[in-house]
Amino acid sequence: MANAALTDMRAIEPKRGWYKRNEIAITPWLFLAPAILFFLFYVIIPIYQSFALSLYSWDGLGERTFVGMGNYTELLDDRAFEVSLWNNFKWLLLYLLAIPGGLFIALFLNQTVVGIRLYKSLFFFPFVISQVVVGLVFTWFYDPTFGLLNTMIGWVGLGPINVLGDPTMVTYGIIAAGLWPQTAYCMILYLTGLNAVDPEQVEAARLDGAKGWKMLWYVIIPQLKPATFIAFVVTIIGALRSFDLISIMTNGGPFGQSRVLSFYMFEKALSEYGFRMGYGAAIAVVLFLIMLCFIAYFLWSMWKEEKVR
Amino acid sequence: MFPKPIEKSSPGVRIGYQALLPISLLFWLAPLIAVAIFSVKPAVDFTGGNYWGLPSTFAGFENYGKVFFESDMPRYMLNSVLITVPTVIGAVALSCMAGFALGVYKFRSNLIIFFMFVAGNFVPFQILMVPVRDLTLDMGLYNTKLGLVLFHVAFQTGFCTLFMRNFIRALPFPLIEAARVEGVAEWRIFWFVVIPLMKPAIAALSVLIFTFIWNDYFWAIVLTQGPDAQPVTAGITSFNAQFRAAYHLMSAGSIVAALPPVAMFFLMQKHFIAGLTLGAVK
Repeated sequence: MANAALTDMRAIEPKRGWYKRNEIAITPWLFLAPAILFFLFYVIIPIYQSFALSLYSWDGLGERTFVGMGNYTELLDDRAFEVSLWNNFKWLLLYLLAIPGGLFIALFLNQTVVGIRLYKSLFFFPFVISQVVVGLVFTWFYDPTFGLLNTMIGWVGLGPINVLGDPTMVTYGIIAAGLWPQTAYCMILYLTGLNAVDPEQVEAARLDGAKGWKMLWYVIIPQLKPATFIAFVVTIIGALRSFDLISIMTNGGPFGQSRVLSFYMFEKALSEYGFRMGYGAAIAVVLFLIMLCFIAYFLWSMWKEEKVR
Repeated sequence: MFPKPIEKSSPGVRIGYQALLPISLLFWLAPLIAVAIFSVKPAVDFTGGNYWGLPSTFAGFENYGKVFFESDMPRYMLNSVLITVPTVIGAVALSCMAGFALGVYKFRSNLIIFFMFVAGNFVPFQILMVPVRDLTLDMGLYNTKLGLVLFHVAFQTGFCTLFMRNFIRALPFPLIEAARVEGVAEWRIFWFVVIPLMKPAIAALSVLIFTFIWNDYFWAIVLTQGPDAQPVTAGITSFNAQFRAAYHLMSAGSIVAALPPVAMFFLMQKHFIAGLTLGAVK
């Protein structure tokens, strides 16, 4: 039997075409081709084009004039750029509060009482809503004349405060609005993580007398490491991508004090304030380079994981 | 389990916990509840300064009726559907194939290509904005749904490929080996062996991408303008301009705009969370 099969195979072998013989080597490329082409045209090449464009002065229609590092030297003296950059750091730092916040809510909800599943979904709810609606909701929440916030602080005899109209408070107000869905996201990551915590280790630690903070810090949090990593990644990305909330809630104001780089770039390149595409591209490059530090770190972490496998 | 199960605590703590749950939820969702109440109030409540009292009359039908029949809202909603659904199909199809290629085959540039997709998925939108807008203009697709769909498919392919590839990596490889030994063609292995096993991943990814794309605002304002092609996230701003200071209508409009992903989430909750938390557990 086996012999017959073998001769059979040999008989077929020479007839197999070039494709058949190289099937294993070629197939992946055929499967990858559409995705790579799309990605190349819409993501990879545009990154290079933006870098190139940042060396030009261009209004989007007429001739491009080469200005070398001109756009970048202009950035150095641009007060609005400085404010935006500084606000970006505020976003980065304060947005990270979503991680402990999410962990806290996850710990609070990690019980098995009746109806807890519904509570978990409802707590997660803000993440599903578009940032545009979150922005609108919080604009009304902060409204100095009728907003819920001022109504509530009115009960304890304070107020009224105009969060979005105050140059010093405005960025913090928008970040707080952004933290709402982001905390929900981190919460769901941690709830899943907590589900997978090894109960035997928890019991063993309990027998050894660990409880409360000690238990959390030395037994639970180390086991939540994968969840924390993802929470960190999505929160950093979210912080640097913040655009929708600012555009909806304040449009960069008052006096441009709530701008971040992503918003300022859009304003310079594509809004009524002038079509300075080259200058906008230079701002985008700066934002990209900030992001690149994090991307490099993420990839490096993932690469370590891959090597272990 | 951590924290300690509440059933093991004293009755007092148990009741306290049960009471704390709805109260904390009320605070957590307060801004949203406020908007929901706004949306069923009649206009007189706002001119009369009755912001936080109960609605003087229930005007829900009237307000939502206005949103649906006297504004461009239905058009924006339809645009959103026509942008979101093709994007989901396109991105999932492309990433199934790319994920299969990267997850099953060993070749030298495998990891580099994979990392290209991962890295591309993290870049800030602004670095793509001007070139992508130019590309769309050059193709004559500016202010069309197709222009938006093509970009979304391309960009989402990054995240989707990451997702699919990791999912396929976790599948039992001997199954594919066995099919190969049987002499099954590679594309048949993909279609008849791998795709059926990927159904949960496809479901999870579809719900996620649906939500992401429905909620997109930035690209909507960069690549489209006006009610012909704009999705609802961008349309809501013109809606609000139309009904300036009519808070009851703006609230109703916002709720309508937010509803489809919310419905999607509640209907497909299991898949949604499975997709979102992939990798959160080893």
